[in-house]
Amino acid sequence: MTEQGVGASLRRKEDARFLHGRGRYVGDIAPRGLLEVAFLRSPVAHARLTGIGKPEGAEERVFAAADLPEIGPIRANSALPGFRASDQPALATGKLRHVGEPIAACLAASRAEAEDLAAACRLDYEPLPAVADMLTARAPGTPLIHEHWPDNAFLETRRDEDLSDLDAVAAAKVVRRLRTARQSMAPLEGRGVLAEWDPRLEQLILTSSTQMPHVTKTGLAECLGLDEGQVRVIAPDVGGGFGYKGILLPEELVCAALAIRLGRPVRWLEDRLESLTAHANCREHHYIVTAWADAGGRLLGAEVDATVDAGAYSCYPFSACLEAAQIGSIFPGPYTLPRFRYRTVSACTNKPPILPYRGVARTGVCYAMETTLDALARKLGLSAEAVRLANLVPPEAMPYRNLVGKVFDSGDYPEAVRRAVAAVDVPRIRARQAAGECVGFGLSVFCEQGAHGTSVYHGWGIPFVPGYEQAQARFTPDGVLELRTGVHSHGQGLETTLAQVAHEVLGVDPARVRLVHGDTALTPYSTGTWGSRAMVMAGGAVAEACRLLGERAIAIGAALLQAEPGTATLRNGAVQAGEASISLDQIARTWFRHPQNLPRDVDKGGLEVTAGYRPDPDTGTHSYACHAVTVRIETETGLVTIEDYVVVEDGGRLVNPMIVDGQVLGGTAQGIGTALYEEMPFDAEGQPLAGTLADYLLPGATEVPSIRIDHMETPSPWTRFGQKGIGESGAIGPPAAIINAINDALAPLGAEVTDLPATPARLLAAIEAAR
Amino acid sequence: MKPAAFDYARPADWPAALALLAGGARPMAGGQSLGPMLNLRLAQPERVADLRHLPGYAGVEVQGEAIRIGAGTTHAAIEDGAVPGRLGAILAGVARRIAYRPVRNRGTIGGSLAHADPAADWVAVLPAFPGHAVALGPYGERRIPLARFVTGVFETALAPGELLRAIELPVLPETARWSHWKFCRKPGEFSKATACLLALPDAPPRLVLAALDTAPLVIEDATGLDPAALVTSISDPWRRRLALTALRRVLEGAA
Repeated sequence: MTEQGVGASLRRKEDARFLHGRGRYVGDIAPRGLLEVAFLRSPVAHARLTGIGKPEGAEERVFAAADLPEIGPIRANSALPGFRASDQPALATGKLRHVGEPIAACLAASRAEAEDLAAACRLDYEPLPAVADMLTARAPGTPLIHEHWPDNAFLETRRDEDLSDLDAVAAAKVVRRLRTARQSMAPLEGRGVLAEWDPRLEQLILTSSTQMPHVTKTGLAECLGLDEGQVRVIAPDVGGGFGYKGILLPEELVCAALAIRLGRPVRWLEDRLESLTAHANCREHHYIVTAWADAGGRLLGAEVDATVDAGAYSCYPFSACLEAAQIGSIFPGPYTLPRFRYRTVSACTNKPPILPYRGVARTGVCYAMETTLDALARKLGLSAEAVRLANLVPPEAMPYRNLVGKVFDSGDYPEAVRRAVAAVDVPRIRARQAAGECVGFGLSVFCEQGAHGTSVYHGWGIPFVPGYEQAQARFTPDGVLELRTGVHSHGQGLETTLAQVAHEVLGVDPARVRLVHGDTALTPYSTGTWGSRAMVMAGGAVAEACRLLGERAIAIGAALLQAEPGTATLRNGAVQAGEASISLDQIARTWFRHPQNLPRDVDKGGLEVTAGYRPDPDTGTHSYACHAVTVRIETETGLVTIEDYVVVEDGGRLVNPMIVDGQVLGGTAQGIGTALYEEMPFDAEGQPLAGTLADYLLPGATEVPSIRIDHMETPSPWTRFGQKGIGESGAIGPPAAIINAINDALAPLGAEVTDLPATPARLLAAIEAAR
Repeated sequence: MKPAAFDYARPADWPAALALLAGGARPMAGGQSLGPMLNLRLAQPERVADLRHLPGYAGVEVQGEAIRIGAGTTHAAIEDGAVPGRLGAILAGVARRIAYRPVRNRGTIGGSLAHADPAADWVAVLPAFPGHAVALGPYGERRIPLARFVTGVFETALAPGELLRAIELPVLPETARWSHWKFCRKPGEFSKATACLLALPDAPPRLVLAALDTAPLVIEDATGLDPAALVTSISDPWRRRLALTALRRVLEGAA
């Protein structure tokens, strides 16, 4: 490791821009002649749309579906057997399927005037009964949301295994009904899109707050009937993604079509009300988990019946089954579960489509598995730690293939648990409990598959399958190294970490490395930044491009030094042969400005390389962690205070440990939100009940404790530097660990919390119920 | 969301402000409640009268045994000690826990009281004091006892055409006992239960229970109060429990 290469906690190159308020977001970009858009949205969850009355005199500034027939529907189908296809119209046609669904675009010089237009529109509709409860969505007689379907479900998946013998042999059996809330992701910056038509290039330029510009480009071209060459997507600075910004939005299609139609720039900036109520929904799971264990806490088998409220439409590109269909494959978690049976349902309801959120299905699955393990531990009189250690995949079994075919690459899972428990004074917590204090200690353990590729995704048959990741590395004539990647950085610090990778390979000073990203016209195609993949995939691709670029530079350098080919090496940003050396700057200058000095057999590709990369196997890296939490509960009010929070995390080789700490802290803060605060309730008519951040509570600085992080660094045997995907990890563990701690504290009262978030009202209700 | 169009007026003196009000303008103090309501289009006034530049709207004056706090005095000024003595210390403690500092920098004591959100801090606290709200109308000033100022949810004793001019509170002896408790899971969240208790020497302890679905409940003499009896009308079990806790805490905690 050098002071600036892989493994260094280099300060982030991008922070000067952000900390001085010089970031440039969609909302900062306002070309001349800009028209702002406000959307007329559905006020009801389920209805037949019979008419739209445009305000008199404004007929030319209000566009409904019939006015924009050039926009095709969004189709995000899965090839999984039994998946039911649905079309999501960019603007509602015929039916309204959730509150907030866009119906018409209203254009004006300012957003306020555009909202005036939307408010003046008349809407005619015949209300239909809303399907607001995923558990009864398929009941006979329930109105159909997509009328060509037999019932309200996108997909059901199963794994059948007869577990009926386990009742007789198990020392303990527990059954738990568990629920996670529907949440709304809350990046600081909402979505936003600016669409322009360039008549010279005959090209649509869509500037969007997106984390996946290339996939957005493909989706736009498909839905608008354009060649992909006619679409350029730019993702400028983006204020947080978390999955929400990986989705192709109806609003993107509408703004694009309007810009083409009108020849004027058109912009829509999502506000918080739209984000909360119409869009950023995620996470709503319901579980019935049955688990059997022997007297030592060793799992004998588990059965899971899971339902996910997938909302009204299938989101592009991840589809409506991104949560539920994964539950079966990730429920066994980091454990050697021997027998397993499941059924999962992606229920269709009159709510906004469920979207992927940091951790995707894992946060709910970890919650279900880990709370069930604690229930077993309590029943068997074992410690939480003992039950984990009895079931975790041991290090000597790595790489390990579990019963549903997941392959874990490396790691010492039990050691993470031992370290987390050792970091906490558990005997003192037990003494405080004995003295009558309502305090508790809880653990969660999980592993996170990241950067999984073709072999995993092709089976899903969703609109995109990640393949080889490409990166470009090239020198400019003054010796600056330019990296071009299709992944986008929106908080991950890739401008810094990819420069560290380049430095590791070429020795170029990271200050002299520029990352070009977020523009489909300038970067190689990529599925983008999602699934904890950027550092593994783009890191690998940048390393490979730099390696090839280095070979070319060495050949030129050796010739310039009049050294024998093969004797020259690249060190500290210079080609060296014996005592002689020549800097990469000089080599770059020679290629671009003094080609007369190049050797005759020089590689004519020059100092510009595009390279591709995919780990082999590409089944993904598995980072893992143990979260250990101490809580105190005020039994008079139900208020939970997190006294202590420990994360022991293994992300393989850390490219920049400081940035990884930031990822873990941010993710954990979001997980605390899932555990204790965040909830988007709906009434029986499908109306969302939290329209502002005064109603939808997010954890703030005062709610997030000081988190103690301990790193293990077990390299992945399959990636370029041994790095693993780590970006989502922090958001997975907190609900399980926090609720386990709460239930540990409540155990003397005989009370147990099962539904997220564990609000004071739910805690008091649980305590009351136990009386 | 952006507000619907409205006219903005900035009256330079009180007669101009009252004239605007008579013409149907909506008065705005710090704008920390009205601002979001405008943005969400929950309020769509034709005209907003910005009171912040009226002479004497903000500021604190000691007038013998009374302290007169201009309605436009910000929470932040009170937090920072604008009100002297024992009273000032009590009010600063309340102000410090109102939302966040950026809200306190603009939000005002009078704006908050006149808005009469049942969960608001001054709505919950001021009725505990033997003082008055000073209303200014076309016929001059009148004094309304603070315990009777807020009459319901978003309702006050202000008559149409009247503005809240100031709050008058008594200078308190150092021996005044005070207790205040509110339940928020995080700063900035609306209180789910608030209670406070003021005990002056040689006077019965006064208690307020607030953040209910009604005007605050003012108990002029809390001696021998049975907290459980006071909360029976709260239907939600958790809110009832919180209100009970609030009452018990202030009854135990007055110091």
